[in-house]
Amino acid sequence: MSTLAVQAVPSVKRDPLPVQLGLTVLALLAMGLFIVLPLVAVFVQAFAKGWQGYRAAVQSPETLSAIYLSLLTVGIAVPLNTVFGLAAAWAVTKFQFLGKNVLVTLIDIPFGVSPVISGLIYVLVFGAQGWFGGWLSDHDIQIVFAVPGIILATTFVTFPFVARELISLMESQGTEEEEAALVLGASGRQMFWKITLPNIKWGLLYGVVLCTARALGEFGAVSVVSGHIRGQTNTLPLHVEILYNEYNYSGAFAVASLLSVIALISLALKKFVERKTGQESQ
Amino acid sequence: MMHTSFRRPSILPGFWPALTYTIIYLSLIVLIPLSAIFFKTATSSWNHVWTVVTSPQVMASYRLSFGASIAAGLISVAVGFLVAWVLVRYEFPGKALVDALVDLPFALPTAVAGIALTSLYAENGWIGQYLPPLGIKVAFTPLGVIVALTFIGLPFVIRSVQPVLADADQELEEAASSLGATRWQVFTRVIFPLIRPALLTGFALAFARALGEYGSVIFIAGNLPMKTEITPLLIVTKLEQYDYAGATAIAAVLLITSFILLLGINVLQRRTRKFMEAA
Repeated sequence: MSTLAVQAVPSVKRDPLPVQLGLTVLALLAMGLFIVLPLVAVFVQAFAKGWQGYRAAVQSPETLSAIYLSLLTVGIAVPLNTVFGLAAAWAVTKFQFLGKNVLVTLIDIPFGVSPVISGLIYVLVFGAQGWFGGWLSDHDIQIVFAVPGIILATTFVTFPFVARELISLMESQGTEEEEAALVLGASGRQMFWKITLPNIKWGLLYGVVLCTARALGEFGAVSVVSGHIRGQTNTLPLHVEILYNEYNYSGAFAVASLLSVIALISLALKKFVERKTGQESQ
Repeated sequence: MMHTSFRRPSILPGFWPALTYTIIYLSLIVLIPLSAIFFKTATSSWNHVWTVVTSPQVMASYRLSFGASIAAGLISVAVGFLVAWVLVRYEFPGKALVDALVDLPFALPTAVAGIALTSLYAENGWIGQYLPPLGIKVAFTPLGVIVALTFIGLPFVIRSVQPVLADADQELEEAASSLGATRWQVFTRVIFPLIRPALLTGFALAFARALGEYGSVIFIAGNLPMKTEITPLLIVTKLEQYDYAGATAIAAVLLITSFILLLGINVLQRRTRKFMEAA
């Protein structure tokens, strides 16, 4: 390859060193200013009152109840959306049928809806003046401004995460392996557990992690349907807001730092999954 | 058989259960609740809806939301292009870490981003303290809204441009430069046309997300009526006043705008994909 003719032309891939250096420094400065600095600020301010203050904020009963409610929400919303993601990806990627593209577009809708609207729609359906409002109040059931509303809104916001990861992954894998297994006499269940699931495990894991991270961190939608009752209908992000509005900055940032750690873990896992799937496809 | 025309035959099991479950769950969680916005709007009188969505306070919020989203989108395009270029073309220590951090705004809860940015740009903040001598005020001004929306928008542009830039055939550039093009000509005539659709997609994605964004903005915006109130905030404000009809009318405007944007993005992405396959 390295003939004289090729070497005579200056390679455009390599910009001159000063240009490379200058652009790299500029890009790193921009990343530092826009993205890294806010993250650093969270942790520095979380410890503004020292380790003692941090522990007090994180271990306060209100924080613990917010952690509990956030985990409860995740515990319901994420499994629901995972089962849905598997079913949707199976139908959409392994079969050809009419209206498939429309279905895929509809699944993505929650990504395009403002979080505030994601909460509002459940108020319109289950609120006092909503479609089922009269019936619900007759039976003394409260959905919005209570825990069920928080779970519903979170489910809506995180709806496409697992499905989307699986659809793009399974689209590239095709159907040959599953067909071979069936032809060789495997049952549908054996095919799923021995062929499909091992093939998609990393993508599934990443989808679940993304879904979990977003479910824990959702603010706008949950804020609309939450009753904002301390110790009862406050998730972690809502608790951050309350502490912040009470000028308890170090407390707000301490709770925020918990959420930031989860965000960082999800970023690390993304790199890990990319490396894994990259190795397997080679 | 009835379904032969509906779907291509396959020996794989589970089509009907999977599809049925998908459609029922999609309808229950997404489609039916979302349709409530339009049913609710339809039950109000047209005059009332029009009065609400064109009231001065709401108009001011459109100007801020659209203006700040466009400004943040443009900044994201400029900065995002630079970062994507450096990440794809150059080698430097810590590159994998920087690449991973690009997704931070996707992963960080919006409320956390909101209070972090506010503390940075407040008058006693790490950045904010240096701004008043320059005559700039960021926190609690429209500039603060732009800062927050840029934080949210940046990864959309970087992640749109990166794969296209990595796939771009460098033989084209080498051909151009061996035919005597200067570096600047190569950039403007070869590279830029190649990544223009991806830049546009990134801008549209960032813009669409910025229009509906709530958590990262409300802390730094200060929410002064007519000055720094974004449209999603007005929906919340109306809801807190139990003005469901008003909140829904504004939501319908926002929702329709988002759907039109998403449709446009879909077309753009399809064109980019065709373009990349052809190349």
